[in-house]
Amino acid sequence: MTAPAVQLNNFGVRFGEFQVLEQVTLEVPQGAFVTILGPNGAGKSTLLKALLGIVGGTLRDAHTSVSGSVKVFGHKPQDVKSGWVGYVPQVKSFDRSFPALSIEVVVSGLRQSWPFLLTARERKKAEAMLDKVGALHLANRRLGRLSGGELQRVYLARSLIREPKLLLLDEPATGLDAVGESDLYRHLEAYQRESGATVMMITHDWEAAQHHATAVLLINRRVIGYGPPARVMRHESLAQAFGHVGHSHTPATREG
Amino acid sequence: MLEALELPFIQRAIIAGLLVGALASYLGVLVVQRRLSFLGHGLAHAAFAGVALGLLLYQEPLWVAIPFAVGVSLAITWVRERSSLGDDTAIGIFFAVSVALGVLFMSMREGFAPDAVAFLFGSILTVTQADLWVMAGIALGVALLSPLWRYWAYATFDRELALADRKPVLLHDYLLSALMALVVVASVKVVGIVLIAAFIVIPAATARLLTQTFASMTLLSVAIGVTSVIPGLVASYIFDVPTGSAIVLVQALLFGLALLLRR
Repeated sequence: MTAPAVQLNNFGVRFGEFQVLEQVTLEVPQGAFVTILGPNGAGKSTLLKALLGIVGGTLRDAHTSVSGSVKVFGHKPQDVKSGWVGYVPQVKSFDRSFPALSIEVVVSGLRQSWPFLLTARERKKAEAMLDKVGALHLANRRLGRLSGGELQRVYLARSLIREPKLLLLDEPATGLDAVGESDLYRHLEAYQRESGATVMMITHDWEAAQHHATAVLLINRRVIGYGPPARVMRHESLAQAFGHVGHSHTPATREG
Repeated sequence: MLEALELPFIQRAIIAGLLVGALASYLGVLVVQRRLSFLGHGLAHAAFAGVALGLLLYQEPLWVAIPFAVGVSLAITWVRERSSLGDDTAIGIFFAVSVALGVLFMSMREGFAPDAVAFLFGSILTVTQADLWVMAGIALGVALLSPLWRYWAYATFDRELALADRKPVLLHDYLLSALMALVVVASVKVVGIVLIAAFIVIPAATARLLTQTFASMTLLSVAIGVTSVIPGLVASYIFDVPTGSAIVLVQALLFGLALLLRR
């Protein structure tokens, strides 16, 4: 298979009067690790949703219009087998009052529906996946009892269990402590090594964006910069994306 | 007491109570977990308008109430999907319109309508053979659709993940709202329009307090919905109180116990 994992051509999304994304053209080769950086409201999550094929399905306020084209593995996102794409949504969007055990959440990623009873095979597979991300002890814990960081691990296991060819993560490091964060990148890199999958991750962590990525996508409704970290993570581009960068605690010009 | 069981209208009352008890508490889990408790009220009042229209036209009220309530339910869902008004607002608007229409229809009918009172507060002993068939039909439909539980539960857990996995979430929303309307209308004679929302919500809320998974919440809710009907009927028979209120009070008692017992 030679089609790029993701290919956007002059892609734009408009919610009513508000242009969320415009003229986004980029190509992500298979096996890449792309970190997506940009200020709040830059359209980062919308971009991931476009790749999932759900950009029009979630907003109720206004008419959504989409222009240009999106291709995932050479197909329209809606035509890509859902098992090929793993997705870790923003944890803050999640309703914790739903009665469920962590292991059920993981199995839902495998089944693509909600489990009534778990088969022994599913349980084993889900436990193995939880173990991989260091969360086996959480298997039978209720969702409402998980911390933000624990929930992130469960969601990561949920997205990995279907062995996706494309993994999309929306701020997966939110709520993680330093150890949890380095664990997360270790798990992602390990998965990528063994599977050759493509990873696209939204983050606010500039350090992580440089160190773990093969490419950085700097976006603020338009593509400000896209390429190897060392080339994109320069002061001018960052200033263009974020406005005045001010004093940064992480040297933005450091080579990755 | 036991000889009462031989009376056909008592037998019909028991079967009707068990059927709608199971149906309401089954869909109730989704209602509670999707935070749509107010929908039960909205649909109950849509049923009220439908019943009033039926009485005005001298038709069998339930036959008018069924399409009316289903129509309102689909319209509520349509407004919910198309606007960011929020579920409570969308439901509240249709709630008010339904009550206004119901009152209008009642006032247009000449003379007092004592039968309307039976619909407002329920009169399980007037359940006819035809009513039972309708309830059984709805129950059969819901049972045949039970394989969809896993998708309904998935979208209840996280709508976006279900959409990302290409589940027909929107279609299921409409289907569920139509089923809800059917169950509400079917429950009118058993618990009455005023109490239907409680009848849908309390068993599920009770089950929610006592269970850790959505599957066990569903099972326990149905168990509570079904078993609370019998003591409700018995109490209603012995103390000569309205059946609907007796059943709902039994459910409320169970809810209170669950609050005390939960872990």
